[in-house]
Amino acid sequence: MPALILFWILAIVCIGAALTMVTAANPVRSALSLVVCFLALAVYYVTLSAQFIGAVQVVVYAGAVMVLFLFVIMLLNLGAPVTSSTKGSNQNTAAVALGAILLLVLFISGIFFEIPGKAVSPATAQAQGTVKAVGLTLYNPHLPWLFPFEATSLLLLVAVVGAIVMTRRQV
Amino acid sequence: MLTGLVAYWDNLRDGIYRLFIFPEYWHGIRLPALVPYVALAGIFAFTLGILPMLIWIERVVIGLMQDRTGPNRLGPRGLLQPPADVLKLFFKEDIQPGSIDVRLYYLAPFISMLVALSAGAVIPLQTVTFRNVHGGLYTVPVTPGNVNIGLLFMLAASSLGVYGIILAGWSSNNKYSLLGGLRASAQIISYELAMGLSLLCVVLLAGSVQLDHIVNAQNTLPFGIHWLPSFLKGSIFSWYWLQSLIVPVVIYTVAMIAETNRAPFDLPEAESELVAGFHTEYTSMKFATFFAGEYVNMLMICGLNASVFWGGWLPPFNCFPFTFIPGFVWYILKVMMGIFFYTWLRATLPRLRYDALMNLGWKRMLPLALVWLFLLAGYSLVRTATAPHITPTAVVTVAHVAPGR
Repeated sequence: MPALILFWILAIVCIGAALTMVTAANPVRSALSLVVCFLALAVYYVTLSAQFIGAVQVVVYAGAVMVLFLFVIMLLNLGAPVTSSTKGSNQNTAAVALGAILLLVLFISGIFFEIPGKAVSPATAQAQGTVKAVGLTLYNPHLPWLFPFEATSLLLLVAVVGAIVMTRRQV
Repeated sequence: MLTGLVAYWDNLRDGIYRLFIFPEYWHGIRLPALVPYVALAGIFAFTLGILPMLIWIERVVIGLMQDRTGPNRLGPRGLLQPPADVLKLFFKEDIQPGSIDVRLYYLAPFISMLVALSAGAVIPLQTVTFRNVHGGLYTVPVTPGNVNIGLLFMLAASSLGVYGIILAGWSSNNKYSLLGGLRASAQIISYELAMGLSLLCVVLLAGSVQLDHIVNAQNTLPFGIHWLPSFLKGSIFSWYWLQSLIVPVVIYTVAMIAETNRAPFDLPEAESELVAGFHTEYTSMKFATFFAGEYVNMLMICGLNASVFWGGWLPPFNCFPFTFIPGFVWYILKVMMGIFFYTWLRATLPRLRYDALMNLGWKRMLPLALVWLFLLAGYSLVRTATAPHITPTAVVTVAHVAPGR
């Protein structure tokens, strides 16, 4: 029962923050709402015994990515509320349609991939979310997770190198 | 003769230690369950209690180093200066500037303070031994939350602290404040990488990111050399500042000063360029909250430094006069050494130029930390294993457990 209360409080915070992020006129307020949303998600991960993912969520998204976002917003001085920038375009319609499709895909994936309905025992769940368990699963030679992980990091490296090349060209 | 003396003291020590072994149940109360609350109260009381004293310590130390008198008006050696300062800050006029973002303006100091305090939730102060009903002994770390992501939690807390500064700079609607906030965010992002990499070096050696495991992993003979005498077990030479071959602790120390925006890296509040930086528009208690947040942040970062690189609650030598002193005294002593180091740098070094700061972070410390991480990865393959908990059997068990639901 306490877990359910926590779930609903977090749900309200998370969805409220997400809605504020979309609707706020001020870009700084938008970014801050996204931070709140990320933090609520991190607490969700912790309640699901995925402590490592929760910590990484805070360190990477709330701590680094969003600080960079805020940095750029402030550097470009986008403080004044930007109105009517999306007026006349059908961006809003497209966003709603894509969001609906994503929701549909999530529901369908719940059917196809058999997301477990009954809870595992707390001890098992606890053991799966620790740093050690995540590391051992990731580097287990019998499981296929290491290659996609490394490939993703390579992709990020390419993006970084690309960004440097692009900035160097203009000088 | 000497060995006899050492054995005598060791016996005496064990006798005294036996007095401090608590039973698991006391009048039906399970004592280990109370440990986190005691630790939480202790950390809060210590952090908030030492805050005014830190300012006094800083003034006295800087005064001594610069050959000045320091505080000497109120009380003996100016000891009543901190309460006087606190009273003054309470009764100062609270000014709210016009054309600010009111909500964020008032939120910023609290974010700063709250995030800094929350880092204390995983700090282990010492260990305490309990005897269970069968007579077996086990130790429990005295920490509010003994989580397996302790180090990551500290990193997360230290990286979230920048929001207070950014929001203060943004919501004040002032060019100087904004520049201070921008500088702070750029600086903290830059130095966080080097800081994380230097901590990763220790994680490689300790085989865990849980803070009490990291401290316990330092409780070995230096470099695992088995013929060394036992008073060196867990001594100053086996802590990770030396075991990680010194470079990570240097990188961490530089990065921790940059993370907390202290001199010589105090560009976000450089008074000769930016008035007072991000807190230019803050008065009375709002300013005091920022000030306190900065000091709490310093304490927490020094606390991480003490437990990761300087052996946490371990005494500097595993023999008589040192082992009598309880662990949390050693821990606090190490934290205060860190604070002294901060003050020392502030008293002696001039402020860095902004491009020099960025060069140091990105072009010197980050590559050095990366290279050192690779070197230590190779070194940890060949050195004696100190992480017996990662065994092939553990791999097999998790392989069976992990893919399940």
